[in-house]
Amino acid sequence: MSRGRGAVDPKRVSSELFSLTYGCMVAQLLKDFENPEEVNKQLETMGYNIGVRLIDDFLAHSPSVTRCSTLEEVAEVLCKQGFKMFLGIVPEVRNWSSAKDEFSLVITENPLAEYVELPPHCQDCLWYSNIICGVIRGALEMVQMDVKCSFVGDTLRGNDSTEIRIKFVKILEDSLPAGED
Amino acid sequence: TFPTHPIPLVLSSDTGKVMVKFGASGNVKPGHSVTAVNKQPVSGLYTANDKPILDVINDPASYPLTITFGRTKASANEKLMLASIFHSLFAIAAQISPVEQSSGIKELHTEKFTLRCFQTITGVKFFVIVDQKQTGCEHLLRRIYELYTDYVLKNPFYPIDMPIRCELFDQNLRKVIEQVERTTVYNSATLA
Repeated sequence: MSRGRGAVDPKRVSSELFSLTYGCMVAQLLKDFENPEEVNKQLETMGYNIGVRLIDDFLAHSPSVTRCSTLEEVAEVLCKQGFKMFLGIVPEVRNWSSAKDEFSLVITENPLAEYVELPPHCQDCLWYSNIICGVIRGALEMVQMDVKCSFVGDTLRGNDSTEIRIKFVKILEDSLPAGED
Repeated sequence: TFPTHPIPLVLSSDTGKVMVKFGASGNVKPGHSVTAVNKQPVSGLYTANDKPILDVINDPASYPLTITFGRTKASANEKLMLASIFHSLFAIAAQISPVEQSSGIKELHTEKFTLRCFQTITGVKFFVIVDQKQTGCEHLLRRIYELYTDYVLKNPFYPIDMPIRCELFDQNLRKVIEQVERTTVYNSATLA
């Protein structure tokens, strides 16, 4: 029986079209909402809605992935498999907190922002790729993990690196599926 | 077709359908329900002409009468109810385990069929009701999970946790099941 994934490959969309589509969406959101802070929130919400559905797609196509019991495992699977599968990049995991409940993801090449230059009025407040934070938060929530996820730097804004900070908040006990500890 | 009143079947209507409670006639047994009267399909307890079915059957003037019986299929609501009961049983099974960290129900065996269940890390459960001799259910369940993520979750107009009414999902599901049925027949032929 041929694997489902093999049948999807011929329909791969060019990354340029993807960047253009995302860019068009952010530009439209800025036009509609005018306030970059509001756009950040909208991007995060859209990302969240994507994340809650994306996680099952990831798990269905990665049968070797099991429930992670530590945040280090989460970071590992997120970067080496999650990001790899959907964005084709593998971010670096850095800057662990002493309590091991926080870490940073550093993205060297962001496919969403390949040809982008931020306009001056957004330079200081827009997180262009904020959708990624929403996706991470939504996906992890569906595996009963509550995290806070936000950008702390973006090369588009003139920072040294594009960095996302992820902080573990708690395990969502009441929605834990039966049979898990 | 019954030529005269009375007929050798005891019928009741307490389940919202006219069902055979007792007696037999040809292939008709208890548990079957009335699906058509004089070749006209019925709806609930009424014939196509809006007459109560039991009245028509008990009236000697209606005879000769042709009644079509069929096995009752669960309605969508009944299926939802049974599925949610299964969800609770699944949780109970995990909890009453004398050994810690047990999974929920993976297989349920009865005389006539086997139920096999797969729970994803996100808590979604997929279960299939198959013949006891059916093999390859693990693979089938994973294939169904893939179809769910593709045709249901990727459909932006499908609201999460609602009953699935996605035509593409149904079509592809039917294809996968046909594939499994074909390969299974092949297997039992080689065993024989």
